[in-house]
Amino acid sequence: MRSWRFFLPLGVFAAFVGVAAWQLTQTKDEFVHSTMVGKPVPAFSMRAASPDRPGLALADLRDGKAKLLNIWASWCLPCAAEAPQLAALQAQGATIVGVAIRDRPEDVANFLARYGNPFTRIGADDLSELQLSIGSSGVPETFVVDGQGVIRYQHIGDIRADQVPMILEKLREAGE
Amino acid sequence: MRILLALLVALLAMPVAAQDAMPPAPYAYRQLDDPALEARAQGLMETLRCLKCQSQSIADSDAPMAGDMRHQVRTRIAAGEEPEQIRQWMMERYGDYVSYAPQISRTTWPLFVGPLVLLALAGTLLWRRFRRRR
Repeated sequence: MRSWRFFLPLGVFAAFVGVAAWQLTQTKDEFVHSTMVGKPVPAFSMRAASPDRPGLALADLRDGKAKLLNIWASWCLPCAAEAPQLAALQAQGATIVGVAIRDRPEDVANFLARYGNPFTRIGADDLSELQLSIGSSGVPETFVVDGQGVIRYQHIGDIRADQVPMILEKLREAGE
Repeated sequence: MRILLALLVALLAMPVAAQDAMPPAPYAYRQLDDPALEARAQGLMETLRCLKCQSQSIADSDAPMAGDMRHQVRTRIAAGEEPEQIRQWMMERYGDYVSYAPQISRTTWPLFVGPLVLLALAGTLLWRRFRRRR
């Protein structure tokens, strides 16, 4: 009769294999989440990205009203797929301000003419400065910002049709 | 065969469509004039993760966003900021994940303590074995 200690290394090995196998079956979260949720948006000021909408600055976010801050770009394909959802959000009363990442005015104008313009303001972030300062790692992303300019929620990737009510709920919570 | 080739070409073309038409940030590909400052910036850039292409550092990546991050690093270094200050700024926004220089924190301490515990365990086992033999 061998002592249980004899089988201990085998047991440890089996445990390692078990953990590895279990991890392999889990879907990996590929997103880099912002750690700025709950913190105020740092000061910024951006020129207008389109001739028919004003630019964007921190003061515009701190006007007492909760908003959606949509980070997008005309060169980003999922942003085009997201357009109907942004239109739906706007139709249901959401105020949406846009940040165009690394974009030329003519491209922005083309995109808006083609997919609609749900934005009240659009700032041009030519060096991704605002994007980096709020911890956003790609386009499109949508931040819920409350009336004091504090980030309350981050949505990574395009908003799908079934996520519209969830985004509205987050916006309502931020407005309370 | 021709269709397959066309598909392949289309696949190759997709990343191109996902690029912007803007020129790179001024300091994305331009080194700082002062070699000492550039060396400090380079050291930091090699240990910051590209957020678009998560297995590369921003020094290795040609993604536009990595270029914008290099621009930030170089302009901040040129303005007199310490590399560790900039790393901290990035980590406040993206968490530990953005840095390739591991730090001891609430979630990472087992990684540092684990090997020490294993070493101590192995040491005790060996010590007891050899003592018994004598």
